[in-house]
Amino acid sequence: MTTMTETEPGKQAAVNHNNSVGSRVFDVLNVVALVGLALITVLPLIYVLAASFATEPEIASRPFFLWPEKIVTEAYEYIFATPTFIRSLLTTVIVTAVGMVVQVMLTFTMAYPLAKRYLPGRTLVLNLVIFTMVFSGGMIPTYLVVRDLGMLDSYWALILPLAINPFYLIIVKSFFQELPQALEEAARIDGCNEMGVFFKIVLPLSKPIIATFSLFYAVAIWNDYMSPLLYITDPDKWTLQILVRQLVATDPAAALSQMDRTWVPPEQGVKFAIIVIATLPILFFYPFLQKHFAKGVLIGGVKE
Amino acid sequence: MATDLATPPKAAPKAKKPKRADKVPLGTAVLRYRWLYLMLLPGVAYFVIFKYLPMYGVTIAFQDYLPFLGYSGSPWVGLKHFEQLFSGPDFARLLANTLILAALHIMFVFTAPVIVALMLNELRVNILKRSIQSLIYIPHFLSWTIVAALTYVLFAADFGVIAAWMRDLLGDTNKVDYMAQEQWFREIVILQQLWKMTGWGTIIYLAALAGVDPNLYEAARMDGASRFRQLWHVTLPAIRPTVVVMAILASGNLLDSGFEQIWLMTTSLNREVAEVFDTYVYYAGVQNGNFSYSTAVGLFKGVAGVILIFGSNWLAKRMGQRGLF
Repeated sequence: MTTMTETEPGKQAAVNHNNSVGSRVFDVLNVVALVGLALITVLPLIYVLAASFATEPEIASRPFFLWPEKIVTEAYEYIFATPTFIRSLLTTVIVTAVGMVVQVMLTFTMAYPLAKRYLPGRTLVLNLVIFTMVFSGGMIPTYLVVRDLGMLDSYWALILPLAINPFYLIIVKSFFQELPQALEEAARIDGCNEMGVFFKIVLPLSKPIIATFSLFYAVAIWNDYMSPLLYITDPDKWTLQILVRQLVATDPAAALSQMDRTWVPPEQGVKFAIIVIATLPILFFYPFLQKHFAKGVLIGGVKE
Repeated sequence: MATDLATPPKAAPKAKKPKRADKVPLGTAVLRYRWLYLMLLPGVAYFVIFKYLPMYGVTIAFQDYLPFLGYSGSPWVGLKHFEQLFSGPDFARLLANTLILAALHIMFVFTAPVIVALMLNELRVNILKRSIQSLIYIPHFLSWTIVAALTYVLFAADFGVIAAWMRDLLGDTNKVDYMAQEQWFREIVILQQLWKMTGWGTIIYLAALAGVDPNLYEAARMDGASRFRQLWHVTLPAIRPTVVVMAILASGNLLDSGFEQIWLMTTSLNREVAEVFDTYVYYAGVQNGNFSYSTAVGLFKGVAGVILIFGSNWLAKRMGQRGLF
């Protein structure tokens, strides 16, 4: 590794790097191991992307590649020509968008009063919230509640049972507690009630954190497999994650027969393509996610 | 030192009035803070309906729940379902499968982020450090469905990458179907967890490492400590409390094998080693309609989880650590 020179001190001076032979050997091995780790993380993803654009014979004959010999799009053409896929994609996009809005609204409106230390009953509610992080009724009782509410086979079942993530709630609450109180008091003197303060002062100040948690919630719904598995039985209401499962892991022929077949599908290619499609939005938003998540996780980890 | 159980501190400061001297009557408070309470309402309704109603619903574990009779009409049967679980043929297998996965998780998946964070912390070049971090965080955001699908395309017998490599490497013409064989199930599941969780897990340890006082290293260097001695005497003690807290949190999830992942990886061929409490609850309850029995299984798991989390918190305090509660 020639990139490592002793004159490059790095920005954190915390760790002492002396230049003994042992120390330098360690540095080299360390870099090699970590680069290896990063490669193991991303290479499978690049392979799937490459394979989704490769021909069937190439997928069958080359064990691993990062660039297809011949770029074809027939897998995507096939997928986008099947109504089942279009339906599930639309379903997932809409459920994700609506769910995100509902979840963020519920989380933020609940977090705000909980941030007010003077509010009687606040500690009780907080403790009840925290208790749900330790113990839950479990899958079946929750399923029965959803069923009794008549939400089986309804898209609301994918949103409402997960409407507030207690960890997120507590992070947002901590964030609200650190907002300057003077602003709110000024608004109150100007005749705003708490609702007005919240919508006119607090929410505009919270834009970055709203964006962060919108993305977190969106990722959670987009990726959710358990809720549709539990609550959705009608194949017309499949979400993308269920479709991925059907296409890749179970017998693909059976799943494909559900897709109104007009020509013979590129069987392996379809698997790769559906993985890419289900992953793409996440990777698109990843830079935005990454910007904020570390801080969020830390507050969540430290507080309470 | 008092060695009593871990609960008191939280329960002691009673929830009623949070350090306010002027006690206002409830009616006055509700009136004065009506907007705040109004805002609180939807969230509280959520927790009541989707969290506390199911907690009440666990009572069907002590009933022979019949949907048309409901919670109040179904006959009470005491501990029948628990007896059925503990004496049944599945329990030993479920417990073994769950505990083996939990043990492997602690051995590899829990420790990997600590090690990787320490390695990242020793990187001299900041750009490299940040790029590697960005890359290894990615899998955290991918769904288990995607991870399972990736595993499938990498490990499948007919066109899988690993199988092809093994064929080339060993000249073995047999197609090994890693995904279908019992013997590979645990290895693959743990590999998936390592791939998906390691990078993300480093965040909290890296933060703890960033908080270490540089003067400590300075002092250690003055005393002639080598890099490895510094790691041993300064860095490791510095992150010990974080590791303990993470371990307590993890212990509560010991019986949580992760429903989605295991369910996605279970096939009719590997069910013997794959089935854990989480998937069994779904299988017995939703698929076979034994609501009461599978609620009992879930309740057993939930209560055991609570005991584990308080137990390990107590243990951590006994060992002189700060603990969670």
